[in-house]
Amino acid sequence: MKTSDYTLRDDEKIIFALRSLFEKYGYEQYKMVKFEEYDLYVRNKEFLVSDNIITFNDTSGKLMALKPDVTLSIIKNTKDEPDGIRKVYYNENVYRVSKSSKAFRELMQVGIECMGNIDGYCISETLSLAAMSLKLISEASILSITDLDVISYVINLVTDDSRLASELLALAGEKNLHGIAALCAENGISDEKCGLFCKVVALHGRPGAVIESLREIIPGCPALIPLSETVRSLGEYEDMLELDFSYSGNIKYYNGIVFKGYVDGVPACVLSGGQYDKLMAKMGRKSKAIGFAVYLDELEKILSRGKQYDVDTLLIYGDSTDRKALTEKVKELAQSGSSVLALRKVPPKLRYRQLIEI
Amino acid sequence: MDKFVNVALPKGRLGEKVYSMFEKAGYECPSIREPNRKLIFENPEAGVRYFWVKPSDVAIYVERGAADIGVAGKDILLEYEPDVFELLDLNVGKCRMAVAGPGDFRDDPGRTLIVATKFSNIASTYYNSLGRDIDIIHLNGSIEIAPILGLSDVIVDIVETGATLKENNLEVLENIVPISARLISNKASFRFKSDKIEEIAAGLAEVIKND
Repeated sequence: MKTSDYTLRDDEKIIFALRSLFEKYGYEQYKMVKFEEYDLYVRNKEFLVSDNIITFNDTSGKLMALKPDVTLSIIKNTKDEPDGIRKVYYNENVYRVSKSSKAFRELMQVGIECMGNIDGYCISETLSLAAMSLKLISEASILSITDLDVISYVINLVTDDSRLASELLALAGEKNLHGIAALCAENGISDEKCGLFCKVVALHGRPGAVIESLREIIPGCPALIPLSETVRSLGEYEDMLELDFSYSGNIKYYNGIVFKGYVDGVPACVLSGGQYDKLMAKMGRKSKAIGFAVYLDELEKILSRGKQYDVDTLLIYGDSTDRKALTEKVKELAQSGSSVLALRKVPPKLRYRQLIEI
Repeated sequence: MDKFVNVALPKGRLGEKVYSMFEKAGYECPSIREPNRKLIFENPEAGVRYFWVKPSDVAIYVERGAADIGVAGKDILLEYEPDVFELLDLNVGKCRMAVAGPGDFRDDPGRTLIVATKFSNIASTYYNSLGRDIDIIHLNGSIEIAPILGLSDVIVDIVETGATLKENNLEVLENIVPISARLISNKASFRFKSDKIEEIAAGLAEVIKND
């Protein structure tokens, strides 16, 4: 049976387009079960967006959880191949607590994971796929990239106190320069070091200009060379790229390149990803890894606006209408590729392209 | 893309003070000063649209993208922890978050401390950092009455001059954090309208410097 474009909702079209994109680049689909042992999530609680998890006992009494995250399951269930490279994509539901309603929600996630001997090309390919994924959703989109190796370098110049470093990072994630200045003053950090950190945190914009500024602010930072190389390889997407050093994620799990994608009209990031070698090591893996997820629930705001009509043809029939003629008319319209709704009277507020009375 | 920068201002005295700062920075909207009950005002030349909203709702409007930027008290930001950028300390609406109680109150570490507050998150974060076991009673107003009637041992609340506390025979026992109004921005809007938002932030920073 042929599925017309009309049948698919906008979010379903995006899912199919993303799956097709990932398959073109050699990613194979990874299917997984809906639940995992609760223990997996407890051990990596800080990696999760929310630590509220739906749990239940299975038939043997083992505590299980409906998966709140896909990446942990993939790492756990995939063979560690530090010399090879495994590329997978997924299209799965996850179960998380919504920050606003404080209730559990089922959310659809589509994403990729690339695990193994990750090299510069893998990083560039993942970023290109992230950029292409955003373009599939909207032309007005921005891929914001951060390099945690640059941030770590600057933090190490400012302090070796890990508590202070994490407080500074939290403020950097808010672009809270006045807060950083106050915290540095409280902890006896010199104005020069504080100023250097603030300069890096405040940086954002087109990658070329930002890298130029970084070369002036921190000329000795070794991470600038691979970062420039990564940015150079993404020249095709220059219009939608920005470098930004206000990172608010977890540096215990992520390292190197991390990124977020934004689409005009959606108030939160719709795509998030990065290198997570530290998480791999924490889970006993020698492989490195990079990946991203697209959060389809965030797109509801822009996608629901697209549909102009509920149905193409509204077919109104009465008591005297010949049933055979009506059946044939409905079939004829449906087979012509348009949608048809046969009713006795026009329902209130229904949006239809044409009305036929039979 | 909406060419306006949508600004959520907190209704009330603080909002009016903050609007004057926007005005001085070159983002005036004369109709806002006219006596009426309108809640939305715009100035197409300056490219800004102002909304008056309840002060505690500003962060929600900004986090959910209904406003690109807004002005919210640090108390609201600490309590609700919205995912927004905090671009500037506006240095107005200054006060502090504090623990207050009867002047002769002595904390007995052997029993759970009962704390009445509107700011449950701030109170629990503060006492967690001290490793102190507390029981929080969430109230929506007239917090000062709680220790007087024996509902709680202490309160965690905003203290401006301390006059209300004094009139109710209470005093500040510990200062938690200084509070003032902050300019906040939606993280996605900041990417799509960064030039304009940074221009506004720089204009306001200049106003603060000259005041």
